[in-house]
Amino acid sequence: MLDRMPNPMLPEPYRIERILKETGDTFTLELESTNGAGIAAFSAGQFNMLYVFGIGEVPISISGDPGKPGRMVHTIRAVGAVTKVMRTLKRGSVIGLRGPYGKGWPIEESRGNDIIIIGGGIGLAPLRPALYRLISERQKYGRIILLYGTRTPADILFHRELESWRGRLDLDVNVTVDRAISSWRGNVGVVTTLIPKASFDPLQTTAFICGPEVMMRFTVLELERRGIPSENMYISLERSMKCGIGLCGHCQLGPCFICKDGPIFSYDKVKNLIALREI
Amino acid sequence: MQTLEPILAQQPFLQDLDSEHLQLLVGCASNVRYDAGQFLLREGEEANQFFIIRSGKVAIEIYSPERGPITIETLGNGDVLGWSWLVSPYLWRFDARAVELTRALVLDGKCLRGKCETDHHLGYTLLNRFAHIIDRRLQATRIQLLDIYRA
Repeated sequence: MLDRMPNPMLPEPYRIERILKETGDTFTLELESTNGAGIAAFSAGQFNMLYVFGIGEVPISISGDPGKPGRMVHTIRAVGAVTKVMRTLKRGSVIGLRGPYGKGWPIEESRGNDIIIIGGGIGLAPLRPALYRLISERQKYGRIILLYGTRTPADILFHRELESWRGRLDLDVNVTVDRAISSWRGNVGVVTTLIPKASFDPLQTTAFICGPEVMMRFTVLELERRGIPSENMYISLERSMKCGIGLCGHCQLGPCFICKDGPIFSYDKVKNLIALREI
Repeated sequence: MQTLEPILAQQPFLQDLDSEHLQLLVGCASNVRYDAGQFLLREGEEANQFFIIRSGKVAIEIYSPERGPITIETLGNGDVLGWSWLVSPYLWRFDARAVELTRALVLDGKCLRGKCETDHHLGYTLLNRFAHIIDRRLQATRIQLLDIYRA
């Protein structure tokens, strides 16, 4: 009898075990395999293809802890047809899952360095697994800085965790919002304004950046001003990913497929590509 | 008597300033503190100084009758607040209010304007440094205007 490889295009059924409302339009799903097989090991920064049966499939970054197998965690913003339906699903509903796919954040390669993590909006979700990993082996890194920017105080993700991270003496956590009323006592201003005050050794620092592309563009400029070499900056790119395994070409960016070669790229590898409006 | 010179010299905004110019600024500087809620400056009032924040947090606000005070930006340790003292008609365009206990150096802009008129090297040096701040704030405001996190 022939041994058959699992079909990478075939979603596995996963049951929604828990739903957390993060903000007005963002929620977190905790999924468990319906066949009790457990979840596949994943790297911080990888993504899954999530399939709402009869509606469609979307790429969603994993936002859970790679060190805690058992449940696959995704934080999702309800912005499109699929994610809007996903938001209406109840605990116990079953969705399809493929993956994990793609390349993650360079966690091991950054050992010994200071780490600056810069997230914008929902971009904090793919960065959270990286932070879990870094915290789990805290002594192997220099300073760890998290800078997070979002639209308003009501849009801040992972509130409780941010507070607990901020309370740690071995993490520098700074949050800012683009707009606020005067009752907000935190920072107001775009996330790039936090960079000049962050304390790190530029030549021994790795930057993990995830957010809207415009935000990442300006973030990179600010980090360059601080002296971080572009090969030490990593950004998470998003394009229209369909197959997730580099076959269909929907997410092609020049010579790269975002789903297979990314979604995490060293900035020096893609800076000339993302600057091109034609691709 | 101890002067503010060592404190001024530590400020990133004044880094590598000629000692002659630093001395000049020391003569125009004083130490101030504001409790949370206190205004450092109010829109429409005469702009005759600028601030270098040493600690705390200051909100730059604009008041809207419909929405009340709206915070545009917050400034903290090492940031410079206020450039309307450089530009005619020398009136503040926004409010600035301490969000928490804030300590700052205040520099007499009116006195500095006079000194910049007679010492163009000082004038260029200060304008150049303020131009950097204005450029960064303009960039930041442009990104804010893009409202990039909106769905």
